[in-house]
Amino acid sequence: MSETPSYIEFAEYSEHVPTNIPAAVQQATARFLGNRQLRIGEMPQWEELRQAASDIRLHTLLNLDSYLEKLEQQVTQAGGTVHWAEDAEAARQIVLGLARQHNVKTAVKVKSMATEEINLNHAFEQAGIEAIETDLGEFIIQLAGMGPSHIIVPAVHMKKEEIAQLFQEKLGVDAPPDPIKLTAIARTALREKFLNAEMGISGANFLVAETGTLVIVTNEGNGRMCTTLPDLHVAVVGIDKVVPDWESLTVLLKLLARSATGQKITTYTSFMTGPRRQEGESGPKEFHLVMLDNGRSKILQDPVGRDVLKCIRCGCCLNVCPVYKNVGGYAYGWFISGPIGAIFSPQVLGTEAARELPFASSLCGACVDVCPVKIPITQILLHLRRRVVEGDSIAPASAAPMVRSGAKLGALAFGVPWLYKLGTQLLPVLMAPLAKAGWIKALPAPANRWTRVRPFPAFAGGFRQWWHRRKK
Amino acid sequence: MQKVQLFITCLTEQFYPGVLKKMVGILEKLDVEPVFPENQTCCGQPFFNSGFQSEARKMASAWLKTFGRSDLPVVSPSGSCVDMVHHHYPELFSAGSAEHTLAVDLAGRTFELTDFLVNQLKVVDVGASYPHKVTYHASCHQLRGLGLKSEPKQLLRAVRGLELVDLPEEDVCCGFGGVFSVVYPEVSRSMMENKVKNIQRSGAEAVVACDAGCLMNIGGGLNKAGSPIKALHIIDILAEKGGDR
Repeated sequence: MSETPSYIEFAEYSEHVPTNIPAAVQQATARFLGNRQLRIGEMPQWEELRQAASDIRLHTLLNLDSYLEKLEQQVTQAGGTVHWAEDAEAARQIVLGLARQHNVKTAVKVKSMATEEINLNHAFEQAGIEAIETDLGEFIIQLAGMGPSHIIVPAVHMKKEEIAQLFQEKLGVDAPPDPIKLTAIARTALREKFLNAEMGISGANFLVAETGTLVIVTNEGNGRMCTTLPDLHVAVVGIDKVVPDWESLTVLLKLLARSATGQKITTYTSFMTGPRRQEGESGPKEFHLVMLDNGRSKILQDPVGRDVLKCIRCGCCLNVCPVYKNVGGYAYGWFISGPIGAIFSPQVLGTEAARELPFASSLCGACVDVCPVKIPITQILLHLRRRVVEGDSIAPASAAPMVRSGAKLGALAFGVPWLYKLGTQLLPVLMAPLAKAGWIKALPAPANRWTRVRPFPAFAGGFRQWWHRRKK
Repeated sequence: MQKVQLFITCLTEQFYPGVLKKMVGILEKLDVEPVFPENQTCCGQPFFNSGFQSEARKMASAWLKTFGRSDLPVVSPSGSCVDMVHHHYPELFSAGSAEHTLAVDLAGRTFELTDFLVNQLKVVDVGASYPHKVTYHASCHQLRGLGLKSEPKQLLRAVRGLELVDLPEEDVCCGFGGVFSVVYPEVSRSMMENKVKNIQRSGAEAVVACDAGCLMNIGGGLNKAGSPIKALHIIDILAEKGGDR
């Protein structure tokens, strides 16, 4: 479950990462990245595609109001109903209201980041309505009572042995640690739910404005089951998911699966335009689209930060991120993790609640190199760090006053050349008692945060004196 | 004789003065006369990367004043500091201001050493000899910031006796990341230990990087692991005159 956090404790979590997480995450992400590399090798126009995708996404965001209007028109014309939800609570109430109105006892869900964002499952649980995740990974984490730890592989942090044990405990079946058998167990458990559910809930990978079409990609076919079997289909989608037309969509679809899992295309790509027109057609009787803002229009006002909304949720930035791969998704404290989470969450939850996230990066830039829509992630991280430290028109500075004073002191030492030069001469002498064979094993706080990991090099200095002696 | 301004960077000055002395030697050997602007301190990157943009702007101003006095190109032994000058200095000042113009001008004539040697002087063989097995760690800002992928390797391959072996995951961050290393020491540790493991797996006697920050981290990690593998700046090797293995 992804409850909206009031404060994200990245530091605290990162000190106590369960040891099994990095191993499981690294194994899965390496496979995706390997396949991605193969796919890119087959696409000489990859960089042109990325640029086109980036342009399409930015153009859409800059003209979002008109595309959203177009989308609403088209969805309505196709027989669907569009709802606008300003925040998570509004979205939950709309979906719950529809469920109650239709006397829903069981809803089946397609994997959806938007419903994780609004913590919809919890709201359903509270209302006494069963909401079942039907994506295998989501099914697993729902059983475990957790939220997703990766955008596209929500249970990436779990090994098959842990999943087998979970199935045994929660489903009361004999479950061997064999992926095929585990999948069969989930399939059996889910089949019955699909047939009995009165409501299907999904998100969307894209919404095509020109025709009002909802696009969902899956590898398990559960997307199609959830959106066609029950008579009621409700989709919860972020307002950033709209694309202008089908031509734009083809560009983005080419990039999505290749960047995500390294597939050319996902096993299922479902296009849904409104409910069924007549009896005998497949599809639900009623189709409702809940458009979720939840801070997105606020993000759009920030000319640097807004690029985060170009994201197509491929998860590739997680797969390449050495920080993510060592801490796993839960360190990021909310439904979205990794580099994209580090630039999304602070913009939605505020730079006070999520102030640790912009710093949870070594700024290595690996994510920027792979992002299929060219989000300047490191640039946005730096921008958010500045907002945390210096504050801006949206929120005051939230960095501790001590940190600020420390930086001022540092700026003084570096800002006055004679002071800096004096320090360069003094430090080797002052620190000499601590150094042994070129290394300082332990430093007092706060520098012990370095030395508890590895020794610190001894201060040497002396270049300037050498330079002067030499010039004489 | 061509002249260049030395941008020695604060970390290299504090911890690797030997690298700076050797850099002077290499440049002079190639008939390049280095001059040393005395007022330089730090480029401001630690402040910029921590969110202290006003402080970073002050330091950038001072740097621009120090190096802007001369029209000479600027050469530095650190990819990340050069990346700061290239990509972030111009952002710090509003377009059209005198400082912005100067920042753009200096960004265009500030070079990381391997870039300067290979692409400006067109030299790959500096006459060094180092008969050992060596592997190369691609520092993040050197590689992704400045796009210097092959230059350090071209220089290393031209060193007599040197055997360049592959480093698994050579382009994955070592976990230094400036303030990151002390803000999240445990994450930094995991990344560093992964790097050390890969270095040990490479079978090299020394690992080479082009940035003092990475060397402090990787060198410290190797020391902590009790490894005899040396963490060297590329300049350490380019200045070597060792005999045959």
